[in-house]
Amino acid sequence: MNRLLSGDSPKSIVLSVLLVAILIALAFAPFLFPGSRSLETAARICIFIVLVASYDLLLGYGGIVSFAHTMFFGIGAYGVAITIDRLGTGYGALTLGALIGLAVSGVIALLIALLSLRVRAIFFAMITLAIASAVAVLVSQLSGFTGGEDGMNIRIPRELTPANRLGEVMGTRITGKTLNYYLVFGGSLLLFLLMLRIVNSPFGRVLQAIRENAFRAEAIGYRVVYYRALATCLSAMVAALAGSLFAIWLRYVGPATTLGMEIMLDILLMVVIGGMGTMYGAVVGTAIFVLAQNYLKELMGGLSEATASVPVLPELLSPDRWLLWLGVLFILSVYFFPTGIVGRLRGTR
Amino acid sequence: MSDSAPGHAPKMASLSLSDRLKPWLPLLLVPVLIVLGFFAIGNPSSWLTLTVSGLAMGMMIFVIASGMTLVFGLMDVINFGHGAFISFGAFVGTSVLLALGTMTGVPSLMLNLLAVAAAVLAAMIVTGVMGLAFERVIVRPVYGSHLKQILVTMGGLIVAEQLIYVIWGGHEIVIARPETLKGAITFAGAALEKYRLLAVGVGLVVFLALRAVMRRTKIGLIVRAGVENPEMVQALGYNITRVFIGVFIAGSALAGLGGVMWALYQEIITAHMGNEIMILVFIVVIIGGLGSVEGCFIGALTVGLVQNYAAFLEPKLALISNIALMVAILMWRPMGMVPVIKAK
Repeated sequence: MNRLLSGDSPKSIVLSVLLVAILIALAFAPFLFPGSRSLETAARICIFIVLVASYDLLLGYGGIVSFAHTMFFGIGAYGVAITIDRLGTGYGALTLGALIGLAVSGVIALLIALLSLRVRAIFFAMITLAIASAVAVLVSQLSGFTGGEDGMNIRIPRELTPANRLGEVMGTRITGKTLNYYLVFGGSLLLFLLMLRIVNSPFGRVLQAIRENAFRAEAIGYRVVYYRALATCLSAMVAALAGSLFAIWLRYVGPATTLGMEIMLDILLMVVIGGMGTMYGAVVGTAIFVLAQNYLKELMGGLSEATASVPVLPELLSPDRWLLWLGVLFILSVYFFPTGIVGRLRGTR
Repeated sequence: MSDSAPGHAPKMASLSLSDRLKPWLPLLLVPVLIVLGFFAIGNPSSWLTLTVSGLAMGMMIFVIASGMTLVFGLMDVINFGHGAFISFGAFVGTSVLLALGTMTGVPSLMLNLLAVAAAVLAAMIVTGVMGLAFERVIVRPVYGSHLKQILVTMGGLIVAEQLIYVIWGGHEIVIARPETLKGAITFAGAALEKYRLLAVGVGLVVFLALRAVMRRTKIGLIVRAGVENPEMVQALGYNITRVFIGVFIAGSALAGLGGVMWALYQEIITAHMGNEIMILVFIVVIIGGLGSVEGCFIGALTVGLVQNYAAFLEPKLALISNIALMVAILMWRPMGMVPVIKAK
């Protein structure tokens, strides 16, 4: 067990219980929470845990702010979609697409890293923001290649679709959708453990040293640029794989679902709320955020109607304005809980 | 026996011509670009139209970016929420212009300009006050940590953008230019939009005024000294924090002015317009050299011109032309065109 977690145990009883609960809930989601909406939510949580964890490798461990993470996520998703579109349905095309997405993300991340990190680390945030929005526009413009604003539907192998009925277990109907869910779950779990392995390796330790004091790390003899560039590439490649899983699960890619700035903000919020600089923060932050996103909006709608007689409140409480409250929450958590939920539970700093 | 010094002939090595020219090369960029554009486009009248619109766009971006670059130079604060001031400025200015419909609807240059001036003033006051609040509440607690600054100002941007939705609703607003600023004048066979000429004029005035303040006044001296070495300025008895707040407010107000100009340029405003412009602003600030007003000016004009020329020559390329420009300039001058020397 210790080996599996790469020697990075949760170090807090509450956190351990929370993590185990999330793991069990996700592992048995098709049986515990029947219904397509909750399965959608569970798959989303799985994929976003990987995405957020890979972002945390950059932000929490490397201390680098990137706004291009959704771009890599999107490259992974589009890699699968375009390959299947060209080569036809099949597991070979699926794998090839994921690999293409992986390679393209790695190369682009390396180019961005060399361009900006070599010069000044603070450029990174601005340059990634500029490049990511240019790519988002490009994707919606090149409709012949990417499907434009409409996106693309992906024809995945029939075994993974709801049309493939496999019988019933414990009163739950098992279909290809369930298999697909377990593909997503297994892939996510594997990627997450891989990330845990990376951050607890000597490489991860050096990254943390650079985050704390880049000058000192350089003086000890570590090439700061090299480590930062490698972290950028690794996180981009994991994000691309998460994107491929997302495309296979949704059977659709579009600019809004993979490349949008809103998703980037969601990722930022999940990392900060869960806790920067720890992989478990990604798990907790994502689970809480996605659940809140799905169910809190209804609560706000109710509150908005309840306060309909008061002048400004309904406007502020309407479900469309939930980003407003998230923004406030985000600022407050950066000020007061910079280590997030997990940092609090572990009692560090 | 003589005790004279061993024979040597000290010689002042003078810089070679190319060494002396090097720091001034970026100044040549804009003229060179305009000349290159002339040959690439080949048609003098479309070239003139494109150049004017490129310059107009560049001037507006400069007005917005100058505040941000100064804020960074002076206090090492990187404000990702700058876009919120643009949007707020645009919305406030538009509301004023819509309310003054009687003044904008008549074909009187005097009344029209008065209405625009009122809109600009209102927008600048609102965004200035917002800047003060932003600095106090959001930026102040996170001095010295770039990571937190980026995160927190991004949060501030989200909140400000959502507040626009709350105040003005989620729809985009269409705003027509005042009567006398509509249409174009024909010069040498090229159609030049009146409003763009006005935008170029305003941008030039802002640049010259800013330059004059920075070069000729005591405040400017303190700000420039503060950019180079804040501790030293503080040690000499100037309250650098107060200077910084002043610069932050001025920068926010300039973003508000830019917002109004942009609103009248596009004639349509949305809550996330500020965010879209910020992409160009970031590119300008990076290629100009973070903290330099002159670099920002050159960078803004370059970006505006490249964008317009590229859109004419190869529309598909226009999207990535600015990114390509940024990459090229960073390869040429990694610290930006007019690098700011810090005494740290």
